[in-house]
Amino acid sequence: MAKSLITLTINGEVHEQRVDDRELLIHTIRERINLTGAHIGCDTGHCGACTIDLDGRSVKSCMMFAVQANGASITTIEGMAHADGTLHALQEGFRMEHGLQCGYCTPGMITRAYRLLKENPNPTEAEIRMGIAGNLCRCTGYQNIVKSIQYAAEQLRIKEAAE
Amino acid sequence: MNEMVRNLSAEREIKLEGIGCKRKRTEDIRFVQGRGNYVDDVKLPGMLFGDFARSPFAHARIKKIDKASALAVEGVLAVITSDDLVPLNLHYMPTLAGDVQAVLAHGKVLFQNQEVAFIVAKDRYAAADGADALIVEYEELPALVDPHKSMAADAPVLREDIMDKTHGAHGPRKHPNHIFTWTAGDEAATEAAFAAADVVVKQYLAHPRVHPCPLETCCCVASMDKITGQLTLWGTFQAPHVVRTVASLIANIPEHKIRVIAPDIGGGFGNKVGVYPGYVCSVVASIVTGKPVKWVEDRMENLSTTAFARDYHITAELAATKDGKLLAMRSNVLADHGAFDACADPSKYPAGMYHICTGAYDIPTAYVSVEGVYTNKAPGGVSYRCSFRVTEAAYTIERIIEVLALKLGMDAAELRRKNFIQPTQFPYKSAFGWEYDSGDYPTAMAKAMEAVDYPKLRAEQVERVADFKAGKTRSLMGIGISFFTEIVGAGPSKNCDILGIAMFDSCEIRVHPTGSAVARLGTKSQGQGHETTYAQILATETGIPASAITIEEGDTDTAPYGLGTYGSRSTPVAGAACARAGRKIKQKAQLIASHLLEVHHDDLEWDVDGFQVKGLPEKRKSMKELAWAAYNNVPPGMEMGLEAVDYYDPPNFTFPYGAYFCVVDIDVDTGETKVRRFYALDDCGTRINPMIIEGQIHGGLTEAFAVAMGQLIDFDANGNVLGASLMDYFLPTAVETPHWETDFTEVPSPHHPIGAKGVGESPHVGGVPAFSNAINDAFSKVGGVHTHMPHTAARLWDYGRSLGLHT
Repeated sequence: MAKSLITLTINGEVHEQRVDDRELLIHTIRERINLTGAHIGCDTGHCGACTIDLDGRSVKSCMMFAVQANGASITTIEGMAHADGTLHALQEGFRMEHGLQCGYCTPGMITRAYRLLKENPNPTEAEIRMGIAGNLCRCTGYQNIVKSIQYAAEQLRIKEAAE
Repeated sequence: MNEMVRNLSAEREIKLEGIGCKRKRTEDIRFVQGRGNYVDDVKLPGMLFGDFARSPFAHARIKKIDKASALAVEGVLAVITSDDLVPLNLHYMPTLAGDVQAVLAHGKVLFQNQEVAFIVAKDRYAAADGADALIVEYEELPALVDPHKSMAADAPVLREDIMDKTHGAHGPRKHPNHIFTWTAGDEAATEAAFAAADVVVKQYLAHPRVHPCPLETCCCVASMDKITGQLTLWGTFQAPHVVRTVASLIANIPEHKIRVIAPDIGGGFGNKVGVYPGYVCSVVASIVTGKPVKWVEDRMENLSTTAFARDYHITAELAATKDGKLLAMRSNVLADHGAFDACADPSKYPAGMYHICTGAYDIPTAYVSVEGVYTNKAPGGVSYRCSFRVTEAAYTIERIIEVLALKLGMDAAELRRKNFIQPTQFPYKSAFGWEYDSGDYPTAMAKAMEAVDYPKLRAEQVERVADFKAGKTRSLMGIGISFFTEIVGAGPSKNCDILGIAMFDSCEIRVHPTGSAVARLGTKSQGQGHETTYAQILATETGIPASAITIEEGDTDTAPYGLGTYGSRSTPVAGAACARAGRKIKQKAQLIASHLLEVHHDDLEWDVDGFQVKGLPEKRKSMKELAWAAYNNVPPGMEMGLEAVDYYDPPNFTFPYGAYFCVVDIDVDTGETKVRRFYALDDCGTRINPMIIEGQIHGGLTEAFAVAMGQLIDFDANGNVLGASLMDYFLPTAVETPHWETDFTEVPSPHHPIGAKGVGESPHVGGVPAFSNAINDAFSKVGGVHTHMPHTAARLWDYGRSLGLHT
């Protein structure tokens, strides 16, 4: 099996990896780099459990070969908390508003919401619902996920205003 | 007690975060940081991967398997087929329903995607390559897809392995494709009541095959240590202890040499109760190779092979007086169990608790008959977010009562109210013998009707129908009502066992010297938040703050034996064990307090988190102090330490209930439905954590929405499964999911130690008929009586056409 050497910057750390040409990015992240926060839920790009942030976009990492990500800068759920260990407003929001149950979709959901709020810091409920439509949750019925994202949006706006 | 003392006591109470507190979940800290530990996160040195070669046919004879083709693939180490399992006597495994299931197809394949060979390789890609490369020669046989044809004289015989068995696990078999006939109630009296009744209605209600589809699929890691003979099995198990016992029985490994670990689980909803070929093959592969073996099914494998739900083909009948008093109910069901009977039900009940189908109504006479048959489809028959066959039962009664209302020309809410079991009738014995524990149905219904302003909705609907008939609108309005009663908390040992093991559950608690504690239980959370809520029960019972109690589940080496989490049994059964174990701790603490305070223990009273001398609240010992004393200063003759264990065999089931209202608008020209409003009132008895209850209800309603409006595992005439990927199988996104309004009443269960009834599944059980009733109610105004689920736009468009609403 042909292998390629690739470089990925994940959560600020540079990783050089020799990967199979056909290897999916999610497998590289989970199995070679041992960041198991992003999950696999469907294999067809529908569920979004594998969502990561790649060069400023939300990407379903089971829909991309690792070699295609060569040189990319990636943020995963493991890189979401602040350097001092405090939680990101989204992580706090999901906890405060009961935005998760089994936790399996949560890393993808939070990572997706992170990009959504970067693009639209003050989204309406409809915009949030449309914005997370690529991420499935089987437990919560989404209502509290919407509230969690609204909670985070507000916290981030307050923080920004203070800065 | 003076004001200051009272305030202090209230402050201590808040710190406990006990029963009734909207406590934030302890498990979230790891989940929001991607630090959960799910099965596929388990990584062991030298770990291999397994994958299945599966049947492309629904029914075929296996002529030849050419292993060499797969073994030639780089990285493939072994190919296991049924022939390899025969010498180990592992080619068939027992199912939870008293049947056997082929671990790997033995001679024939009986459903599409059935497991044919297990490929073991160095990584998951090589295993998949090996599965692809394997050459299997088949001789295709006619597929039996329609369960109504299973027992036809010319039906192909599916199960050659048991074709000569005239008796199955549940009585005589009358055809090689017949599994059981199960009945309950009084057939003759029901027939007589129907014959004498003013009004009878009869309706066929198909409850199609669906799948629970948790976001994480089923998976496991098996690791056999050849030196110690110890097998460790990580897996997505809703019932880890049962898996250990089954593994011991199947693999003939002593039970103490097996450790089953269910780590974090990404949703279950019934999918992860059963024992699947992937688990058995992984264990065998680990024994053969001496290395750990991981198996992870993909989504298509999940939807098409590991479990299904429903597939009940129901005929429902009601008999009533002309003014709407119910006299009798009858239901005959044809149950499609697929190729092997692997339904997850208590042993005595092959149709689960389907005989809760008299619902919330005082129906004097009733009879049900359920016939289980084989077809060329995947085995399963799990309870998808409900107690055993309870959604089916609720659907039966809540649909047929609407059909009756239509025939009587009576308001559907009024008909229900007229027939409710009254609060004074509890404990109420149903026609099928169940003893309903408690409830106040009229109050719940009245509260719900007021909340949605029911008369106003009906008035609006009258106007809309007039507008529709006048050609002013092409939209129909539907009002769906569901008043359901569940039966959960399996269960009392007199009724319930699985493979001969009574369905008790357990809690073991150890209080540490510094006053914190660890408690372990026989259940296993898959998202329900047990680590949070069990700690709340124990906090209230023991006075140890919930934040100082660690809850552990899922490791059979540490947790006490229990029957697991499904059928809303965790709170009713393990929650009760929790409360009782906590009370044992408190009892011992009281004796220690009496020793320390030098008073008789009868002179002590409990106050939030400690014991005080009656009338002298300043003379007190907190639980924290008593825990310390338990390790150095106990009364003479008492053992040191502060531990308790409780195995709880419930005296009865619990019977949560609810009143749901759903309002929809349907565009008859596109078939599209808009859920305008959904109001859910639930009574789950004592409420432990209102935040978690609300979350459970949101989730259950969303799954009910999915089942009613779109989910279907369908087959073509050759038994090809259609739509077994998320491309086709409907999982609602945030966009289509409606907004949920929740409400409650609180009538405790009289027989449960803290009065709790269980809640996780109510919204699914009650939600499915609420949606379907809303759709059917809308069309009933223009000539419809009943249309089957799922109520997709295409199907509703078609239904509208059949009613002449468009061409």
